[in-house]
Amino acid sequence: MLENALQGGKEYWAWLFFLLCFIAIGFFCYLMQLSQGLGITGMSRDVTWGFYIAQFTFLVGVAASAVMVVLPYYLHNYKAFGKITILGEFLAISSVTMCLLFIIVDLGQPMRSINIILYPSPRSILFWDMVVLNGYLLLNVIISRVTLSAERKSVPPPKWIKPVIYLSIPWAVSIHTVTAFIYCGLGARPFWLTAILAPRFLASAFAAGPALLILLCLILRKITHFDPGKDPIQSLAKIVTYAMAANLFFVLMEVFTAFYSDMPEHTIHFRYLFVGIEGYNALVPWMWASEIIGVIALVLLLNPKTRIDESILAVACMGVFISLWVDKGLAMVVAGFVPSPLGAVTEYSPTVPELLISLGIYAIGMLLITTLYKIALTVRKEI
Amino acid sequence: MYDKEKIIPGIIVFLVLVTFPVWYNLAFGSGNGAPEPQIVSQNEKCVESKDYMRTQHMDLLNQWRDAVVRQGYRMYRTADGALVEMSLTNTCLQCHPNKTQFCDECHNYMAVKPYCWDCHIAPMEN
Amino acid sequence: MAVDRRKFFTIAGLSTLVGLMGKEVLTVAAQSESKYLAAEKVLTAHRWAMTVDLTKCKQGDGCEKECIQACHDTHNVPAIENLKHEVKWIWTEPYEKAFPSQENEFNKEELIHKEVLVFCNHCDNPPCVRVCPTQATWKQEDGIVMMDWHRCIGCRYCIAACPYGSRSFNWVEPAARSEDGQILPDQPFLKKVNSAFPTRTRGVVEKCTFCDARLAKGLQPACVEACKQGALAFGDLDDPNSEIRALLKDRFSIRRKPGLGTQPQIYYLV
Repeated sequence: MLENALQGGKEYWAWLFFLLCFIAIGFFCYLMQLSQGLGITGMSRDVTWGFYIAQFTFLVGVAASAVMVVLPYYLHNYKAFGKITILGEFLAISSVTMCLLFIIVDLGQPMRSINIILYPSPRSILFWDMVVLNGYLLLNVIISRVTLSAERKSVPPPKWIKPVIYLSIPWAVSIHTVTAFIYCGLGARPFWLTAILAPRFLASAFAAGPALLILLCLILRKITHFDPGKDPIQSLAKIVTYAMAANLFFVLMEVFTAFYSDMPEHTIHFRYLFVGIEGYNALVPWMWASEIIGVIALVLLLNPKTRIDESILAVACMGVFISLWVDKGLAMVVAGFVPSPLGAVTEYSPTVPELLISLGIYAIGMLLITTLYKIALTVRKEI
Repeated sequence: MYDKEKIIPGIIVFLVLVTFPVWYNLAFGSGNGAPEPQIVSQNEKCVESKDYMRTQHMDLLNQWRDAVVRQGYRMYRTADGALVEMSLTNTCLQCHPNKTQFCDECHNYMAVKPYCWDCHIAPMEN
Repeated sequence: MAVDRRKFFTIAGLSTLVGLMGKEVLTVAAQSESKYLAAEKVLTAHRWAMTVDLTKCKQGDGCEKECIQACHDTHNVPAIENLKHEVKWIWTEPYEKAFPSQENEFNKEELIHKEVLVFCNHCDNPPCVRVCPTQATWKQEDGIVMMDWHRCIGCRYCIAACPYGSRSFNWVEPAARSEDGQILPDQPFLKKVNSAFPTRTRGVVEKCTFCDARLAKGLQPACVEACKQGALAFGDLDDPNSEIRALLKDRFSIRRKPGLGTQPQIYYLV
């Protein structure tokens, strides 16, 4: 089955080569980071987590969102998703891989990362995150491999895979819940100390992930013979709509709680994000752009006329994705550190090597998704 | 066996590549490359026997590390009953002040790079 | 049974993985500790704690902050000028920053903007220990929150969890060394090198250890010894006859962010 990834036309190889260039650049920058230390990033004594951990958090969401196709298909027997379930699972595989890579590049001593397994520490949420992420990766590898090879042989998948698939559903929820727990269990960081963080993470994940999946389906329809059909795209669009609405609702609840109680340590982080404090306002334009784009996208999704038009839907999905990427993949992590527990305002912006390393990891993810989708579509003779 | 004509040459190429360093050293190496560490000691006896230290010093140091840092022990009862402080810099390297010959000679030969010296400080040599 | 290519790769991959993991697990399991003893002169306690007398602690007023210098010299703490990469074990913060939510607009004259010494609080309920995924930081039986720089993977979760900003990460190489690990005479960040104490490597977290290594030699923490005003006292809170118990009985004391339930073991006498 894997050999299908090694047979392709000129354009396929050109695209892979393009990605490999970015991977090589990212790898080179990572070697530089290894030899000089994390000082080459924009992170600092006060803002100790930055772009890497934010990407990790965002991509956990994308990975978890595979459950939004798996659950209707397997639990509710929603046949329309039959064609895209495997795409969701492969998206999860490449996202989790990127998550793990983003954690590795963020470590100060990556050579010792095995210590997490050698000295298991059940009191640490990071330990549990390692467990659930690797477990989720394993589950998705097993499920997609077994179902796809059954499909190739035109036989029904073996019976034992059903319970594994059912297990993967709550497991998907767990990966993003545990990732939220990393943040929301810290008394030192009032911005994250909110019980709604996990639900909010899930809502934004179930909007951003399926939005990406819609875009991927539309791209595949353009460049291959694959056609998911109109129905599943529209069902996914409804999922995106509800999830995006829930996400916005949760954000507003956070804002109300912070500002009506008017407790300075809760409001100050929101102030930093939306108006800036002490003249520091690097994230302000990003945040307003994110909110405005998010609201416009939501309006386009809520209106059935615009939602049904697939070209407008594509724009709305891009809007959802960008809006949530800024919110989670940029602002959420950094704002927890600004101001610091001692009231110091240190701003953060990623450096060029930091961005190139991140780009390299995204290229690895895209390489994975390209080859995996190639395999899936070749097996189904839809290429 | 299928594809015999591909598999067998493949295995041969693999074996040649894997054993290449051995052939290369036999042909062009400086002959006897074995290290000659200089054992300089201020004291008569080490904390354990010479044989044990030669083969197990890395385990002993790892155990010392955990005993001192993590379990709050500081002293070690040596093979002949004496008490020494468990410290790489303040005990081992006090007795063997020539790290470059005592440690590095063999480590370089074996191509091992212990991370001790990323943090611990060896005595100044010459 | 026929073994196809796919099955072969699966078995080969899995057995490699098991082999690699197995070796590590076995090495960790093979440790004994029968030959280890505590030091003789060691200072011991059930609950180490420190008091900082804010009326005696007078930086800028004839005080050269000897406590900070003594600590940083003893522990080879690099003096990095770039504030983003700064490493510090003891430093000062204005009263309002050290005790947020206790910053009364009108307060005792001496307290307004007073530079307050801050260090690791060696919390009785330390959040940094809770979050560490490798047990590279933990609370000893004597109450000291310790660090194992050999084990730290540099994930910086502990820094996110610490409400006091007491932990520093080594963003850059703190000490210059030659290729073979020899410490170089010209150090960018270390004015002098204490060769009895290690430096750190880049990529690990560090903080005050209440001078654990000095206690094992029967010595008081370096900062306490260096303070000329006698503003710092260090002792066992569980010992009713200790100096710090007497001080706490006598004087009004505050702690940093007590509402978080971390139970800091540094008491400020006001």
